[in-house]
Amino acid sequence: MEKIIVARTGNEAMAEAMRQINPDVCAAYPITPATEIMQIFAGFVNDGKVKTNLITVESEHSAMSACIGSAASGARTMTATSSQGLALMHEILFIASGIRLPIVMADVNRALSAPINIHCDHSDTMAERDSGWIQIFSENTQEAYDSMLQANRIAEHKDVITPVMVTTDGFIISHGMERLEMYPDAEVQKFVGEYKGPYNVLDVDHPITVGSIVLTDYYFEYKKAQREAMKAAKRVILEVGKEFGKTFGREYGLIETYKCDDADYIMIAMGSTAGTAKAAIEELRKEGIKAGLLKIRVFRPFPAEEIAAVLAKAKAVAVLDRAESMSNQAGPVATEVKAGLFDAGVKVPLASYIYGLGGREIFLEDLKNVYRELKNIAEGKSKPEQAKYIGLKE
Amino acid sequence: MSSPKQAAAVETKFIGGHRACAGCGFPIAIKEVLSSCKDPVVVVSATGCMEVTSTIFPYSAWKVPFLHNAFENAAATCSGVEGAYQSLKKQGKIDKNIKFVAFGGDGGTYDIGLQSLSGAMERGHDMLYVCNNNEAYMNTGVQRSSATPRGANTTTAPAGKVINGKQQNAKDLTEIMVAHNLPYVAQATVGMFPDATKKFEKAFSITGPKFVNIYAPCVPGWGYDTSQTVKLSKLVVDTCMWPVYEVENGKYKINYKPAVKLPVTEYLKTQVRFKALMKDEAAIAIIQAHTDSKWARLLLMEEATNKV
Repeated sequence: MEKIIVARTGNEAMAEAMRQINPDVCAAYPITPATEIMQIFAGFVNDGKVKTNLITVESEHSAMSACIGSAASGARTMTATSSQGLALMHEILFIASGIRLPIVMADVNRALSAPINIHCDHSDTMAERDSGWIQIFSENTQEAYDSMLQANRIAEHKDVITPVMVTTDGFIISHGMERLEMYPDAEVQKFVGEYKGPYNVLDVDHPITVGSIVLTDYYFEYKKAQREAMKAAKRVILEVGKEFGKTFGREYGLIETYKCDDADYIMIAMGSTAGTAKAAIEELRKEGIKAGLLKIRVFRPFPAEEIAAVLAKAKAVAVLDRAESMSNQAGPVATEVKAGLFDAGVKVPLASYIYGLGGREIFLEDLKNVYRELKNIAEGKSKPEQAKYIGLKE
Repeated sequence: MSSPKQAAAVETKFIGGHRACAGCGFPIAIKEVLSSCKDPVVVVSATGCMEVTSTIFPYSAWKVPFLHNAFENAAATCSGVEGAYQSLKKQGKIDKNIKFVAFGGDGGTYDIGLQSLSGAMERGHDMLYVCNNNEAYMNTGVQRSSATPRGANTTTAPAGKVINGKQQNAKDLTEIMVAHNLPYVAQATVGMFPDATKKFEKAFSITGPKFVNIYAPCVPGWGYDTSQTVKLSKLVVDTCMWPVYEVENGKYKINYKPAVKLPVTEYLKTQVRFKALMKDEAAIAIIQAHTDSKWARLLLMEEATNKV
């Protein structure tokens, strides 16, 4: 297939993906660093490049509310946000997943206030980890674009019917210009397919009631059904990722492993830092340190078994969290990894790190030091620490 | 316009079996709204008494499509439904003419949902927003709202030994909506059935954003006999505390001017919520003065806007 090679920022790539998907409705409110996505998309709308009805709401709360109204009306519906905007949507995110609407959202990871900060960390997205949304992280612009093209297929699959957020790292990916391989519009549209919503309140001949009050007799079963959908999502994400690979040449899974087969020391990271880790591994391997990376692409549903299987043979593991959960324990990713390892009966020394909050840079040398610390731990020279801050000003 | 008798002959789309209290005002409002629309209608609702008493899973009192999202976002949700409709219609995927109505109580409309309402109205969606105004947060147990009238006893502004009920006048939401320059804004009361249905019919006939604020008494929240709902909702108009009027493209029309303007005490004395207030002559004087000044202003607005 013909591939179109362009230079695009993450935001531009996500907007291009949305143009190709051509949703029926978008409802969005601007917020740094996600603003550009809808800004660029508004240009597509007003230039007649898409059929989308763009609803320029007065807040993110109303953005997600309007998305729910639209998705319940048989319309393919998308939005974009970040940070405080995602937090303002919080209440409505649970409703979107609870009444099972396959909304797709581009989410640009940014620190949460206070103090106010516009730069990348994962605290906004992590704060919504229990919202019932599927969460897909991107390492770079290409992955952001590719995952956006897969998101509708996953969200709308009959066994899933659950909203999806595809995230990029604020400024690092959203504003970083990279080489992007785009695919022809027609091929993308063929892959994404026609929209068929789970139900439709515009079907006036078959009136339905949506958003009922569900009390002690059925609420519990509603939640179990959502859990089953999340379980099915793991399979569907793999199926869609595989088909995407066959169609466009790049296959996607729940996790990606980089040189883990023979690795003594494995680092777990999400988002753009995975790219930095790969570079660190290359250098360390030259020094004879067998380093590997486990990148979590899909944080919800959490690929616990898959992660445990990779880590089973490692001598020491480091988990990097770009968010704090203020629990006095490890960050959210490390905590979940540990739970997965416990369930799988895998016992491996594990050190957890907090890094990059509010956009604090993470350098190649920082990551190499993490691997060196793992080596010391494995050799019994030091004990694994938890929630160790990388690059903190002392 | 229809009488209750005529409306009774129309197929009911909000059926019996809902769990609203005997004498509740809002089911009358719903009947007035739904019997006034000839086209198919989709209903969006805020959280509140109306939603929780009519959709207890797995039952529903609605024979029209009904969507509830949250408390403060009925207008935004309805704007999404209407937005989808416009998109699908333009693409030729829908050929029917469908009307959209969002319901909220005074809590979901005057207070927590005001931003959502203002945004949806400003964007010009083709939808009707109806505020079922029972003048307090009834679903959570009679807490004061910005629609609660001065002197009313509520659970968060109780008639105490030092402070006697709510100390502020109700916010004038209808005028706030007039300031949005909508094609149609009206104030109605459930007890004046022909007036209310005439307004809803007109609202449905107009393209664009419409707002109707309908007075809907609450038996347990206000404290009166279940048989008095309609009577009360007429009495309030005769005191000019809740004038019924409409503003069409900026022009005011007062739909009913009482031949004899009754003193506010005639209304206040009928409800337990004003029981403590009745001993407070100074407060009643403030309420009377406020009512008189608002009524005088409304008369002037009618005169002024019809001269232009």
